[in-house]
Amino acid sequence: MTLKSLLLAASVAAMPVAALAEGAVKVGMITTLSGGGAGLGIDVRDGFMLAVKQSGNDAIEVVIEDDQRKPDIAVQLADKMIQSEKVDVLTGIIWSNLAMAVVPGATAQGKFYLSPNAGPSALAGKGCHKNYFNVAWQNDNLHEAAGAYANSAGYKNSFILAPNYPAGKDALTGYKRQYGGGLAGEVFTQLGQTDYASEIAQIRASGADSVFFFLPGGMGISFLKQYADSGVDLPVVGPAFSFDQGILQAVGAAALGVKNTSQWNKDIDNPANAAFVASFQAEYGRLPSLYASQGFDTANLLLSAMAKADVKDTDAFRAALEAADFASVRGNFAFGSNHHPVQNIYVREVIQEGDVFTNKIIGTALENHADVYAADCKM
Amino acid sequence: MSPILLIEQVLNGLQFGMMLFLMSAGLTLVFGVMGLINLAHGSLFMIGAFAAAAVAAATGSFLLALVASLAAAAAAGALVEVLVIRRLYARDHLDQVLATFALILIFSEGTRWVFGSFPLFLNIPPYLSGPVTLPGGIEYPLYRLTLIAVGGLVALGLYLLITRTRLGIRIRAGESDREMIAALGVDIQRLYTLVFALGAALAGLAGALVGAIQSVQVGMGEPVLILAFVVIVIGGIGSVKGALVGALLVGVTDTLGRALLPGFFGLFMEPSAAMSMGSSLASMLIYILMAVVLIAKPSGLYGATV
Repeated sequence: MTLKSLLLAASVAAMPVAALAEGAVKVGMITTLSGGGAGLGIDVRDGFMLAVKQSGNDAIEVVIEDDQRKPDIAVQLADKMIQSEKVDVLTGIIWSNLAMAVVPGATAQGKFYLSPNAGPSALAGKGCHKNYFNVAWQNDNLHEAAGAYANSAGYKNSFILAPNYPAGKDALTGYKRQYGGGLAGEVFTQLGQTDYASEIAQIRASGADSVFFFLPGGMGISFLKQYADSGVDLPVVGPAFSFDQGILQAVGAAALGVKNTSQWNKDIDNPANAAFVASFQAEYGRLPSLYASQGFDTANLLLSAMAKADVKDTDAFRAALEAADFASVRGNFAFGSNHHPVQNIYVREVIQEGDVFTNKIIGTALENHADVYAADCKM
Repeated sequence: MSPILLIEQVLNGLQFGMMLFLMSAGLTLVFGVMGLINLAHGSLFMIGAFAAAAVAAATGSFLLALVASLAAAAAAGALVEVLVIRRLYARDHLDQVLATFALILIFSEGTRWVFGSFPLFLNIPPYLSGPVTLPGGIEYPLYRLTLIAVGGLVALGLYLLITRTRLGIRIRAGESDREMIAALGVDIQRLYTLVFALGAALAGLAGALVGAIQSVQVGMGEPVLILAFVVIVIGGIGSVKGALVGALLVGVTDTLGRALLPGFFGLFMEPSAAMSMGSSLASMLIYILMAVVLIAKPSGLYGATV
């Protein structure tokens, strides 16, 4: 046993530490590239790598691994990247439960974590960390915006539904935080549920004047198709996750006219966004999604910090990240005190352009919106 | 809850049950006749849905899409039987689980390789879309009524096949004594390939029919597979009649549980607690049903007595 550990220690010591150039940054990207949620991870990766490619900066090295949407695998990958790959920055995680498994450990070991998607409330409030930055949103934000939109649209009696898991409960809480009307019904569905006939029958019988739902990925596709076929024609509101570029084609005409809330859309009018949309299409042959825009912004944030400070000088690099001095595709971009974005959240409507279904911004739901957890964050 | 809503929910339960039946009929046949645990049955469901989506996108015809789903799933089933499954009959169940689990991974990544990671579009044809008004003023989607009818027709067809045809006699004989019918000169290998392809085709049909109202994506088969196993355990392994009764029981229990339990708890609890209590119990309900059935009848409702 002693001999074995001695040998192990000797071999570790003998391993050459990858020598990188001065100011170089090694990035570990852990994201979902296989299984049902792969579309999101692929978009984040493609957006991120597009920005790296466009920068022409060869001091950045990216290691990409697939977490298979499994927390245990994500943790293993993070350990491997930190201990043997010696990365400086981690990024890429899509799902909140995986982020909760990886982020606290990584930041405690002095690594930076830039979240391109997941923004669980625990990491925005008491569990915030000076090396953790969220470039997308805090989980509640888009739902709060949906609630604000429901007020301005004059809805008085919403039927709300979400899956029975932490992000689903946060979603309904977020909606109710802003929404001022009454509730015709509140339903928690099963995670991964594919048949919504029962819930749609309840909506029909409830006397609601509007429906709010948070059903990410395939759940939202199923719900929208079945809702459109049911003959119930109440207005529907939701966060952008069910109306994303990646899945709108699978929903088809059933989604037309639906209002959804997002911090980004391809028609936000600024030069960075126009260039991003055009170059993403040229590079990958499809329209970018919300997730691709978040991956793109994450990479540009990192590149902007690299231009100002050396990643080995942790305090200077953190200050450079906090400055967020980059051209975001969202337009103005700033971090709040808990390193989560303070940003506008827009209302979009699903439209058809030729034979492609996509979104168009029709208004702003919340301006310069920060999350409610920032007050609990003591860095 | 009004009687109209209750009837609507019962119809929803029946429709869900019929889809589960299509899925579990093949599973129970394969398990009963061939003694094989096939975890890859969910992948055949997925293949049916993807074949239908691809053909519907190319031709625009929903009927052709259904035919394609049957053909693709049956072909995939026959191929898998000949290449992989045939080597597993003599092995124990753990080897079968391992091999068919590997098949799930191969099919999932293979499908992603061909069709990409984004969900495909498959929609209800115009002549079946929209609601119809049933007697009593119930508005109900026509497509879901069609699903109930298709499930019923398949059940009837399987019943006739198994009780009235020579193939059915052989299937039943294979179920009770494999060596004996091989000794009587029946080509047992061909029979097995045929049964496996039949089960696969039914799963593929279910995938295509369900794909039109759900999301056609990689991994769509696995959640249904778990329910299908619950159904065949409740119904009794190897019994198609058991699969029908079990599927309808599971479908109606699950749907009514989701619809009624939160309201029931709301009678004596505060609303948000009742809501989460009700939803949690509703998602357990079919497993409770399975446990109760197994306590009362350990080999399932229509299972052969051990």
